[in-house]
Amino acid sequence: MTEVFLSLVIGVLYAAGLYLMMCRNIAKFIIGLGLIGHGANLLIFTAAGLSTQRAPIVPEGVTIPVVPIVDPLPQALILTAIVIGFGLTAFVLVLFLSAHEVEGTDDLEKMRSTDQ
Amino acid sequence: MNLLLPAPLLIPLLCATLSLLGRRAVGVQRFLAVAGCSLNLVVSACLLYVVDNDGIQVMQSGSWPAPFGISLVVDRLSAIMLVLSGLMGAAVAVFSLAAMDRHRPKFGFYFFYHTLLMGVNGSFLTGDLFNLYVWFEVMLMSSFALMSLGSERAQLEGGIKYVALNVLSTAFFLAALGVLYGMTGTLNMAHLATIVRSAGNQGMLTTVSLLFMVAFGIKSAAFPLFFWLPASYHTPPTPVSAIFAGLLTKVGVYALIRLFTLVFVTDAAFTHLILLVGAGLTMLTGVLGAAAQTEMRRILSFHIVSQVGYMIMGLGLLTPLALAGSVFYIVHHVIVKTNLFLVAGVIAFRTGTNELIALGGFVRTMPWLALFFLIPAMSLAGLPPLSGFFAKLMLIVASFREFSWVVAITALVVGFLTLYSMTKIWNEVFWKPMPPASGEAMAKVPWSVRDRVCLFGPIMALALCTVLIGICAEPLFGLSERAAGQLLNPDEYIRAVLAGAVRP
Repeated sequence: MTEVFLSLVIGVLYAAGLYLMMCRNIAKFIIGLGLIGHGANLLIFTAAGLSTQRAPIVPEGVTIPVVPIVDPLPQALILTAIVIGFGLTAFVLVLFLSAHEVEGTDDLEKMRSTDQ
Repeated sequence: MNLLLPAPLLIPLLCATLSLLGRRAVGVQRFLAVAGCSLNLVVSACLLYVVDNDGIQVMQSGSWPAPFGISLVVDRLSAIMLVLSGLMGAAVAVFSLAAMDRHRPKFGFYFFYHTLLMGVNGSFLTGDLFNLYVWFEVMLMSSFALMSLGSERAQLEGGIKYVALNVLSTAFFLAALGVLYGMTGTLNMAHLATIVRSAGNQGMLTTVSLLFMVAFGIKSAAFPLFFWLPASYHTPPTPVSAIFAGLLTKVGVYALIRLFTLVFVTDAAFTHLILLVGAGLTMLTGVLGAAAQTEMRRILSFHIVSQVGYMIMGLGLLTPLALAGSVFYIVHHVIVKTNLFLVAGVIAFRTGTNELIALGGFVRTMPWLALFFLIPAMSLAGLPPLSGFFAKLMLIVASFREFSWVVAITALVVGFLTLYSMTKIWNEVFWKPMPPASGEAMAKVPWSVRDRVCLFGPIMALALCTVLIGICAEPLFGLSERAAGQLLNPDEYIRAVLAGAVRP
């Protein structure tokens, strides 16, 4: 049940993120980027399997954990992805801000001097 | 433990740290760039020698056994890529001594240059999929910073397009990685390769492989997601766009080759057909886009797109000769393309522009430069006896043997159109008389002996490589064939990584 709910949330996050990214407005683009990042993190979390087992801590006096335990790796992956995503968002924010100052517009459609 | 393996990561890391500490001392940073990158090249060459003779080298970082820890793995393809990254790093570092202004190093140009090389080398070294994601990010963050360093208007605009699509591609990469982990419970590529062969849900696996294809397709600027590349590569200073042109898209191609020979080969008839069709369209759109351009670096940027098509074409055919052709093509392309960007850089250094209409007469004012343009340009178009001829020959022969007529003919036509673009640059920049305005601009810019050595040294070295690969193609041909053999028989890779592994 939780999987279905989370899958729907991921779908909504992706849809909203992609919609915002295509809005041509640089502020909305950054928000869309954030939403897609969250969607991806939740996706890892859900796809790796939700379970309510014991935390993966090795009890005293034993060398291997007692199964069944929760897989700790997805959380580690998500943590890494969050940190990277944070740095990325900070950089993108500054880049877009300075582009906005130089260009005098926040419409991505108008920034096309390097295209063609 | 083999100390040679992490060296391509540790050398740039050390140089980056020292460059950051000596932020104000531009001279020290410049020395570090040249010395560090040369050392990197030597180490990578040693690694290639060791791998070619003694087989795949593996290091389990932190001595954690294979599927749990992060493995660093170097097979022949990785070693070849490492040598290329070392060579380009060194060549562009020397070039940057003259071509880079004095301000950007103070704001961390060399720091980001080293971290970029570290990210690129890390992507080639790692045997772990999530670690690959992390190295991609290291490479991307450095490239974002290099792209926008200096904050000129065109740079910021190009930077936005570059950043937007690349960030989207990493989001796809991350999502694909999550789903794959959910299905298999591992991220070690060798371990993945053993698991997916017996995985139950093959349909889902193909879907995930397509998600990876999209993510790496954006990175390697393949059709239809290539437009960020020609919109941004001509905006930063030449040393930056030269190293980008040489290495970054090739990391995407490398990741495609790695995953689609090692892991996703269970449904090759479907996935590799998509790769082949994509390759053909990539070649065609790239070369047609180039035909419409009138700025030197933009033409060259579009040609990166079309050349990436050739590399993916070999992967799509998935025969020993085709894959060897891909490896050969990557080697040829990286050297030639960086060289062409460096030539464009010399022209921009002398005249301050790369617009074809404002240039001319270089065959009389700088005949040597004309020669060093002609060598890589003709090699890019695939004229014998230069390196591009043999690269294209291998791929086209391989596609005829597979009866893939359409892609073979596309490759031939694209070769001709490449020749058209190169002759266009030749006619406009070198042959036609020089417009008086740029003649005056040239007279004003100082042109010292030091500039000449720093600018022409790397160009001559790379042109020499092109000619050597063309005249004595046999050693590289043999090496590419051995590399392709290793890719097509993943058992060797799997055994090397999982040797002594604890079976979970």
